[in-house]
Amino acid sequence: MEYFIQQLINGLTLGSIYGLVAIGYTMVYGIIGMINFAHGDIFMLGGFAALIVFLIATSFFAGIPVALLLLLMLLVGMLMTGLWNWTIERVAYRPLRGSFRLAPLITAIGMSIVLSNFIQVTQGPRNKPIPPMVTDVFHIGGITISLKQVLIVIITAVLLFAFWYIVNKTPLGRAQRATEQDRKMAALLGVDVDRTISITFIMGAALAAVAGGMYLMYYGVASFNDGFIPGVKAFTAAVLGGIGSLPGAVLGGLLIGLIESLWSAYFSIAYKDVATFAILAFVLIFKPTGILGRPEVEKV
Amino acid sequence: MTASTETGHPNVLAKAVREGLFAGVIAFFMFLLFVGIETYQDINNALVWRTRWGLLAIFVAVAAVGRFLTVGFIKPHVDRRKLAKAKSGVLEISENKSFFHRHFLKIALVFLLVYPFLSLLIVGKQGSLKYVDNFGIQILIYVMLAWGLNIVVGLAGLLDLGYVAFYAVGAYSYALLSSYFGLSFWLLLPMSGILAALWGIILGFPVLRLRGDYLAIVTLAFGEIIRLVLINWTDVTKGTFGISGIAKASFFGIWSFDTGSANSFVKAWGLSASSVYYKIFLFYIILALCMLTAYVTIRLRRMPIGRAWEALREDEIACRSLGINTVTTKLTAFATGAMFGGVAGSFFATRQGFVSPESFVFLESAVILAIVVLGGMGSLTGIAIAAVVMVGGTEVLREMSFLKAVFGPDFTPELYRMLLFGLAMIIVMLFKPRGFVGSREPTAFLKERRAVSGSFTKEGHG
Repeated sequence: MEYFIQQLINGLTLGSIYGLVAIGYTMVYGIIGMINFAHGDIFMLGGFAALIVFLIATSFFAGIPVALLLLLMLLVGMLMTGLWNWTIERVAYRPLRGSFRLAPLITAIGMSIVLSNFIQVTQGPRNKPIPPMVTDVFHIGGITISLKQVLIVIITAVLLFAFWYIVNKTPLGRAQRATEQDRKMAALLGVDVDRTISITFIMGAALAAVAGGMYLMYYGVASFNDGFIPGVKAFTAAVLGGIGSLPGAVLGGLLIGLIESLWSAYFSIAYKDVATFAILAFVLIFKPTGILGRPEVEKV
Repeated sequence: MTASTETGHPNVLAKAVREGLFAGVIAFFMFLLFVGIETYQDINNALVWRTRWGLLAIFVAVAAVGRFLTVGFIKPHVDRRKLAKAKSGVLEISENKSFFHRHFLKIALVFLLVYPFLSLLIVGKQGSLKYVDNFGIQILIYVMLAWGLNIVVGLAGLLDLGYVAFYAVGAYSYALLSSYFGLSFWLLLPMSGILAALWGIILGFPVLRLRGDYLAIVTLAFGEIIRLVLINWTDVTKGTFGISGIAKASFFGIWSFDTGSANSFVKAWGLSASSVYYKIFLFYIILALCMLTAYVTIRLRRMPIGRAWEALREDEIACRSLGINTVTTKLTAFATGAMFGGVAGSFFATRQGFVSPESFVFLESAVILAIVVLGGMGSLTGIAIAAVVMVGGTEVLREMSFLKAVFGPDFTPELYRMLLFGLAMIIVMLFKPRGFVGSREPTAFLKERRAVSGSFTKEGHG
């Protein structure tokens, strides 16, 4: 039983990270109907930004408090990836809006290749380890909870609340929801569609950057090809929850995290990714709209 | 023409300067951390950093100047040309073509047939190894894969992101069956095609009810599952170590290309030992396989099943209303595409003599799909041109050792191969979203056969 709860906690931590990345996928898909393949690499960029900030900050101020350091890492990562994703949308996706459906998908795949190879060329192909930042561990009964797990879950919860507030309670969120439902009608009613889409990309990137920073803190290592597998898993999470649905993305992320850690604990670590993909296939075959997605209406 | 589109007009120039400066500022912040700072491990294996302001300055300057030139000169020029074209009323696809244009296919085919001997003649035995193997065979494998995928994506309009799975099935079928049972290449070539087609049916049957992006994601998932099984099923596939020592193809069982065998090809013909003969032989095999793929595609497009595929791509609901069984139609497209992938895979295995899961990553699927879309979906010529440009272009980069003289001895062009490939994907897509070849030849026509613009064909919804 303790082992089970332990795995549940590990899965929850991992699921929080997937959930944050999944929101970026689901929002972009919802608003412009495009799979943003480069989003996983944005997550990786966020991790690298956090890594570089960590190195600079620790070399200038040796005794910097961990909380401040972490805040700095995440904030700079958010700004950095927000800028990157804004530029990417402007350069590679916006000119192709209204073109045929596969065109932005191809530029997104191209962008994903460019981003991971850009980091490989500029920062080197080796894994980048950092010394552990947060080492405190709590023992409750036979269960071990590390402080970094608690931090990840709390930061995720706070961000999700902020995000939920923006989407549901602010004029910006209203513009986003309107654009998602009917872009042309929203434009006619005075919503600046281009600006709304840009902000959506920036918000998705900022969440992915936080996820990337926390991934770095959790595993203590960053690599240029970190974007692909977590990216595909986060996308799986978005699809599992119902693509286009924000609560769905979080739910899907948590489920994927739980499935992954429970599968590794009870069946086989080697096949944990197979489990994720197999579940994705099953969900899509039997319930293509995901858990919380709206059914797609087929029109002539 | 309005005055503001004139080059050198103060408004345009002022705008160009403004946009250039803006791009420079954006680029400065974008590259500040990733280019301006370099992280590396020191002697104690601890991660440290140093600055690279010079490189950062180059990046910023390129972005600023590039944006300035685009806004100030290139864009007005392009706009003027478009306007002039629209005024003169010349259609995008003109009827009178040059001699080269009209006989392009014949010229290309003749060139391919003499290509190995041409390279043998010009650069000799050792030199031509590179040209026949790295360029010729490598590009033709991608041409065949892209033509195979074209049946699924270009004709039937089903977006398949896991095509490399069938390539892997073909390669491992050949590798395993030849090393465990000693079956010959010529028996296994069709067999791996059939096995891949079977896998196509098995994987396709449950998922083909899905549409569009959902289908894309499930195929991606299946591609990854097959790769992960290949990695983890170590008893059979030897995992990440891969299978080595795969048997070479023989000259239809008459001569062998293994050195030291009794009926060796070089001995029978009294030639000096060299691996170039085998490479030339392989070149003709893959050329023949490509031609077969093209022939089957062209013939199938004229058959009811091919027309059903294209009809399905244009409008699925209309197809169903007219009584076309969409499930079997999609399945045949999926299986036919998979079959060619499998055949290409078994060829790949015999050419490399080694297969490992590393060769079948998602990136390969992406590259093949990119070739199909960049060439112009449904256009065989366009896809072949795209394969030559994209695969050949990145291979050329390997050869550019003179760049070492320019950028210093640490410069390895191979590192930039995929980076440039990705950039090329984006740039080509931005300028020619319908692919290199913008025209399509519809199979069904009313009065006369003529090419139409690619934008008239739909891309399907899965």
